[in-house]
Amino acid sequence: MTATSESRSPSVDPTLEEVVETIDRHGNERTSLMHVLRDIQERHRCVSPGAQSLVAEVMGIPRVEVEGFVSFYSFLSEEPWGDIVIRVCDDVPDRMRGFERVLSAFREAVGVEVGRTSADGITLTTTASIGLSDQAPAALVNDVPVTELSTDKVHRIVEALRSHRDPKKLVTLLGDGNNAHPLVRSMVKNNLMHPGPLIFSPVSRGQAIRRATRVSPAEVIRQVKAARLRGRGGAGFPTGMKWEFTRASLGERKFVICNADEGEPGTFKDRVILTERPDRVFSGMTVAGYAIGAQEGIVYLRAEYQYLRAYLEAVLAQRRSDGLLGRDIVGRPGFHFDIRIQMGAGAYVCGEETALIRSCEGRAGEPLNRPPFPAEHGFLGCPTSVNNVETYCCIAKILEEGAAAFNEYGTPESAGTKVLSISGDCLKPGIYEVAFGITLHTMLEMCGAEDARAVQVGGPSGSLVGPTDFHRRICFNDLPTGGSMIVFGPDRDLLSVVYAFAEFFADESCGYCTPCRVGTQLILRYLERLRAGRAEASDIEELRRTARTMKTTSRCGLGSTACNPVLTSMERFPELYAPVDDHPDAYRRSFDLPRAVAEAERLSGRTSRGEHVEQGYHA
Amino acid sequence: MPDTFTFLMDGRSVVATAGQSILEAAEAGGIYVPRLCHKPGLVPWGACRICTVRMNDRPCAACTQPAVPGSVVENDTEELRAYRRTLVEMLFVEGNHFCMLCEKSGNCELQALAYRLGVTAPRAPYFFQARDIDASHPDIILDRNRCIQCARCIRTSKDLDGKNVFGFLGRGTAKRIGVNARVRLRDTEVDLTDLSLDACPVGALLRKREGFRVPVGDRLYDLEPIGSDIERNSP
Ligand SMILES: Cc1cc2nc3c(=O)[nH]c(=O)nc-3n(C[C@H](O)[C@H](O)[C@H](O)COP(=O)(O)O)c2cc1C
Ligand code: SF4
Ligand code: FES
Repeated sequence: MTATSESRSPSVDPTLEEVVETIDRHGNERTSLMHVLRDIQERHRCVSPGAQSLVAEVMGIPRVEVEGFVSFYSFLSEEPWGDIVIRVCDDVPDRMRGFERVLSAFREAVGVEVGRTSADGITLTTTASIGLSDQAPAALVNDVPVTELSTDKVHRIVEALRSHRDPKKLVTLLGDGNNAHPLVRSMVKNNLMHPGPLIFSPVSRGQAIRRATRVSPAEVIRQVKAARLRGRGGAGFPTGMKWEFTRASLGERKFVICNADEGEPGTFKDRVILTERPDRVFSGMTVAGYAIGAQEGIVYLRAEYQYLRAYLEAVLAQRRSDGLLGRDIVGRPGFHFDIRIQMGAGAYVCGEETALIRSCEGRAGEPLNRPPFPAEHGFLGCPTSVNNVETYCCIAKILEEGAAAFNEYGTPESAGTKVLSISGDCLKPGIYEVAFGITLHTMLEMCGAEDARAVQVGGPSGSLVGPTDFHRRICFNDLPTGGSMIVFGPDRDLLSVVYAFAEFFADESCGYCTPCRVGTQLILRYLERLRAGRAEASDIEELRRTARTMKTTSRCGLGSTACNPVLTSMERFPELYAPVDDHPDAYRRSFDLPRAVAEAERLSGRTSRGEHVEQGYHA
Repeated sequence: MPDTFTFLMDGRSVVATAGQSILEAAEAGGIYVPRLCHKPGLVPWGACRICTVRMNDRPCAACTQPAVPGSVVENDTEELRAYRRTLVEMLFVEGNHFCMLCEKSGNCELQALAYRLGVTAPRAPYFFQARDIDASHPDIILDRNRCIQCARCIRTSKDLDGKNVFGFLGRGTAKRIGVNARVRLRDTEVDLTDLSLDACPVGALLRKREGFRVPVGDRLYDLEPIGSDIERNSP
């Protein structure tokens, strides 16, 4: 990294007074660690080794744990970044829409390679999904999303940054709806193509809470069960049952957590819900607090959605002054509940509920062993219920209009609607709230993609399906999805899609357990051989064996689904996995001789001679 | 749940006490469940996944899964042995394990497990990752080439030594053991009496100048396969 000009930014090391002041502001508790370190990162462009020592000392945390924390999250760094950090999203929908060109343009305009910082303090890097797949290619400039990038736009952006150095000033045309709110002021669009009857219907503020508090908590849970609500975050666990467990668990303190980590590549529905219906989400959380007997709510907001934070804080403040949060809510004595926002820092695994809880506790986001479940032993050891953003909206709606009205939509096992985030090769990417049970065909018609070759249902952790499955239904017991739907047109190279997903999982594995940590890397290596036309039948067999081992033995859902792109594409598109023929002389085709001797050639400073080296054994 | 109960493992009845893990109960009954990150006396960790069994058909880690009354557990089946072989191979290709040059050879749990499971040459490609060695301490060496991320040193230091000498840094395959100092092990609060120094199943954390006290050939797993001590307790 190149040093940035000292005049512009403060030194990389904070002073002790500054560290003490930062910690005091957030409270000297382990749970504040994320916000303390994010502040230091923002001000000093890194959390330097010196800063780590100071934080460890003042907070009484072992230094190695502070270092472990900083090195776990991709939005924190030990090395100084520039005062402007450009993160170009390299997710599959972005790759389908010109990510490579856009990245080259950034390299050229900034004048550095990926992972480097320019002399005038602009860092260029890539990042996983940032929740803008419908307006790809996209990037984050510090906290500011820039969307629908072209090479021209990239040059204009970098030029503008060089002149004013203020990412906020990049926003000239505001997006629709609350994206134009003074506290958001973003170019992001909602692309709300098909607002459905439940989630995006108008909100009557406070109604859900008033209805809930008129009956007993047990009755609220009964209504949620009667609505047959299942979690919208992906796993589809019955919400009423989760609440019942949490309510039944003993504990002075209980917590309601809203999972707004939305990290699954291709999903962006929680972003639009938080932009347009935050009141409904907070209502749902408050109802949850009442039902399970919790007084504290936490929204775990992914770092990529920092640009929504001030606005969400304002909505919370408004609710406090309206008596919808705080003490004696809606005038009901003894019903206290408040919500705070906890930021993430760039780690997909933190969407997994136990990793999310660890992250809130000021630790690296490694999932926990279960049992015990969060309902018994969650945040700070207290009974905790974690639900998805959309799930809380469903709750509010159920309380607003009753279980029967909710049940009108969907199928018997999958009641209600589902908000889909559709991206990729379709005419109308965006948000579609549809009743559970519609077929993929119908969905593809709606979004203008009748010629699709394949759909990635539920993002990379879901499954890749082809036309023979397009008659199947979007619902929990047929094709479940947390919302991500990536469409691939007739000419797409599916193997490169599988490879891109494999890269994603290899980057995002927490590294705790063997099958996921090593398996995600092995998958990459086998797929590289396959893409280079060097995979032998035994390599394909090894690939399958690796994937199955991950599926069965991984510790959490990341590892056990990281193999899905490979396993589902093997099943539905076996032609992608054709091995090369055995070499008549029994040479191993997977062995790449020129590559194997490249390092030795470089070191010795001369090239190897001979036809077999130049062409490889397999020629 | 009753205080003691039984479950069935590979057709044998195993007695367990409430809260006991499948692995511990099996071990008490003389059945060896292969493991690497588990060490008696430490909080179960569930990281290596070698101990994966099927309880009522559902896969789980025997070291962290509490035994369930009346459950049916599969342990020594071909399916599970195959997963275990793959996991052991994964650890071999991820790190840089040169048994013939390693002073832990014969006392190494990873090597011994490979022998017991019949892993010969890994089929997967080696990663050949560059990993740091910390030889700063006059009497201790930390060779990350051989580390399998089992966290036994971390847990022992924390829970038994009452210190925090070790911790994980990074994530994914870049995950590595860090020390509680800005740079080196010698700057930590480590002592030669620390139990953490004897917690490593492989040759990553060693006391210097002790490796060859017992000659190769006479070492623990040169004499009998890993797990034999447990199986001797079989009723
Ligand atoms: C690797 C991984 C990532 C996850 N990411 C998310 C996420 O971003 N948002 C979410 O709501 N659930 C996510 N989940 C599911 C959560 O663990 C949890 O099941 C969910 O938040 C529960 O809420 P629900 O019942 O309302 O769906 C993830 C799970 C795994 C294994
Ligand atoms: S499967 Fe294992 S390595 Fe992967 S994220 Fe979960 S615990 Fe971490
Ligand atoms: S011994 Fe159970 S996971 Fe390692």
